[in-house]
Amino acid sequence: MSRADVAHPASSRVPQADPARACDACLRKAHLIGHLAGHIAGVLATRGGRTPGLLGLGEEDLVAAVAPRAEQLAEALRFLDGFDVAAARSGLSSAGIASLCRHTGRYPAGLRDLDDAPAALFVTGGVARLNELCTQPVVAIVGTRQASPYGSEVAQALGRGLAAAGVTVVSGLALGIDAAAHRGSLEAAGGAVAVLAGGVDVPYPRHNLQLYRRLREHGVIVSELPPGRRPLRWSFPARNRIMAALAGVTVVVEAADRSGSLITASFAAQLGRTVAAVPGRVTSDKTIGSNRLLREGAAFVRGPEDILDELFGVGRWAQERLPQPPDPAEELEPALRRVLEAVEDGEDVEGVARTAGLSPAAARAALGRLEADGLVARAGVGAFERTLG
Amino acid sequence: MLAGVATFAIEGIESREVTVEVDVRSGLPAFTVVGLPDAGVREARERVRAALLNSGCEFPLKRLTANLAPASLRKAGPSFDLALALAVLGASGQAPRAALAEYAVCGELSLGGAVRPVAGAVAIALGARRAGYARLIVPVENAAEAAVVGEIEVCPVPDLGHLVELLQGRRRPAEAPSPPPPSRRYRCEAPDLGDVRGQADAKRALEIAAAGGHNLLMVGAPGIGKTMLARRLPGILPPPSFSEALEITQVHSVAGIGRGRLAVERPFRAPHHTISAQGLVGGGAIPRPGEITLAHHGVLFLDELTEFSRSALEALRQPLEDGRIEIVRGQRAIAFPSRTMLVGACNDCQCARGRDDCTCTELDRARYARRLSGPLLDRVDLVCRLEPSAPVSAGAWPQAEGSETVAKRVAAARELQAERLAGTSAHCNAAMDAGLTQRRALLAAGARARLVAAGSRNLLNGRSQDRVLRIARTVADLAESTYVGAEHFDEALGYRLAPARSAA
Repeated sequence: MSRADVAHPASSRVPQADPARACDACLRKAHLIGHLAGHIAGVLATRGGRTPGLLGLGEEDLVAAVAPRAEQLAEALRFLDGFDVAAARSGLSSAGIASLCRHTGRYPAGLRDLDDAPAALFVTGGVARLNELCTQPVVAIVGTRQASPYGSEVAQALGRGLAAAGVTVVSGLALGIDAAAHRGSLEAAGGAVAVLAGGVDVPYPRHNLQLYRRLREHGVIVSELPPGRRPLRWSFPARNRIMAALAGVTVVVEAADRSGSLITASFAAQLGRTVAAVPGRVTSDKTIGSNRLLREGAAFVRGPEDILDELFGVGRWAQERLPQPPDPAEELEPALRRVLEAVEDGEDVEGVARTAGLSPAAARAALGRLEADGLVARAGVGAFERTLG
Repeated sequence: MLAGVATFAIEGIESREVTVEVDVRSGLPAFTVVGLPDAGVREARERVRAALLNSGCEFPLKRLTANLAPASLRKAGPSFDLALALAVLGASGQAPRAALAEYAVCGELSLGGAVRPVAGAVAIALGARRAGYARLIVPVENAAEAAVVGEIEVCPVPDLGHLVELLQGRRRPAEAPSPPPPSRRYRCEAPDLGDVRGQADAKRALEIAAAGGHNLLMVGAPGIGKTMLARRLPGILPPPSFSEALEITQVHSVAGIGRGRLAVERPFRAPHHTISAQGLVGGGAIPRPGEITLAHHGVLFLDELTEFSRSALEALRQPLEDGRIEIVRGQRAIAFPSRTMLVGACNDCQCARGRDDCTCTELDRARYARRLSGPLLDRVDLVCRLEPSAPVSAGAWPQAEGSETVAKRVAAARELQAERLAGTSAHCNAAMDAGLTQRRALLAAGARARLVAAGSRNLLNGRSQDRVLRIARTVADLAESTYVGAEHFDEALGYRLAPARSAA
């Protein structure tokens, strides 16, 4: 990849032929955004929130908009003059990070719908893999960081079911719903894409480090900020616009009244993408936002099948579905069936014994058996729940 | 003139022989004690002087030098008083020196000459028996526990005057209390399991834990009966054998919490969660047994397990596995026994409000689960969860099984284990190591298939597989089955402590 043409800054504005790497100008702009990140935060703070289009401005306009004072301007221009594109590229290639820009053929088509499309996209896991995943249907799964066990379970099942059906699952590596969705799609060994609010080599939040490593290994991680940049407050909604643009359907699993996932949903609606939501408890304030989306007409999601219907048309998915193996629950002996049903009803071990008419020892044995058969799993310390299969 | 008297110093829970030598010769009146005495031992000079004078004896107005041999051992405490007084009497010709050689002596003196009880009388009696003394002079209060040891004549003395008459042959030794016959009929003071309503699942877990000596974790909301159940565990364990009872009595006697007789029930220790690592496993400048040693052959109950300091729980690891703990002081290593069953109890989550009112976020729950898993996953074999029992109208509770019924099944299972494990290092299923588990927990064909099924779902790694097999062996023992059947394996799998799926 070490070609000599990068040595000529004069040619940097000419779009490059290589479809699998960002052109010098876009790379420089991406680094400028990273460099000005602190200024952007300041401007957004004074203007009170998001400023659509700011990231879509050209270099001069961006500098003028976020760094208006003379010394700031001079400093930004010094950065632009001193930007060493060759060093940036060698840094990227030694870290195994690819870059794309609008001028390359491999830039994800969905992102071109954005007015303020990312200048450059930094990618781990390979550009070819990203392209492959973007040619499949893409679904974004987003939701609250403070997920309920129900929300996590559903998000994980959605991720798993969609990935298994050959759908690419996009999420943001946040705690809660995002992490569960990633886990589900990784479990199914399907397409998992994480869009980060910081650089692709910055695992944030630290709590999800394990998950980040698995995504680095088996999935694709993208970001518009250059490697090494820590996420800032404004970069999360900015990241959300990328998720919404990448995905054909955005599913909100649990969202509070003023959740960031609602920002993703509104981006998706503006782009003309489908917005879907999973119903939550009406008494919980963690699901006010997602339930409101449903009331406002978002697609109603009970499981992966509903989203597949949305993607492929009602009924089509059912016809295309491969013949399923029989439900293992159908083949159970009656006592185990009763135990499984009791677990489904949320009974504790004693309740299971009571409703299934078994001794405590026999109920435990039945639970152990069902766990070994993969029909129940542990929930919390010492409790059981029905797996979604 | 010179006289020597044998006594014993407590070291750990054992005793070491100490000879108290007193030399009396003319010179300026003085009384010196050498041989690494601590301040308490040096003070014995004043007690001995006053006690002798108040008992009608003479305190020689000469130069007295007392030596506590071996001089390299540090001596502490007041248990040397009586030996010192006798040695002074012998060296000044007030007591026959030949008679002194037959006796080992222990006891503290009051200024009036009365003999006061000391800690560790059982260990002292054991040491005296081992050293070959025919008779042991003990304070009256310690006579019963010293007599437990047997094969040594215990002579209780109330005061110094009495003892002098005894040595001069002017008085017959008082009748020593005969040791209580070791009784298989178990009169346990522990509360009865029949008092606990419902919680059949937790009772079953308790029974398995008792039958195999497995460590148990109980999870549930506050006030649901975890402590109540744990307190009933000693009542369903088999009564201690004589040698076990002797060890229990010895430990408790050294710690000064004995009841002055043979312990017929297993100890139950429930330290508060603010306890230090040293308090839990023992230690100190002069090493004292920790809670785990006080629970030797019994139950160590740790309520609010997650609140214990990490260092305290970490310190438990090795003594729980080895059944003993060694504390090194200077050049000497002192061993305390710690063969105990660990029963832990903790809440479901941080807020402890129960499932429906829980205010914990997923992150809180993950953090709590992690706090549980790290230091504990290695120690706990069985986990059970206590949920509020379904409401039943008053008086309609089904008759619950009492401790006696459960204890019978447990004892039967323990006997099967004793037969199977005879000649091995393990005394119960929980103590089997990996190799022993492979050889002694023989699987029926059905159970082997279940093991393979569980393995293929990644439910078990090497360590947890051994653990499940040990529990399965105990379940099979309770069912009096030679082989571990599929249903025994399944039940063990259901009780194992497994990380929740979402904590991945």
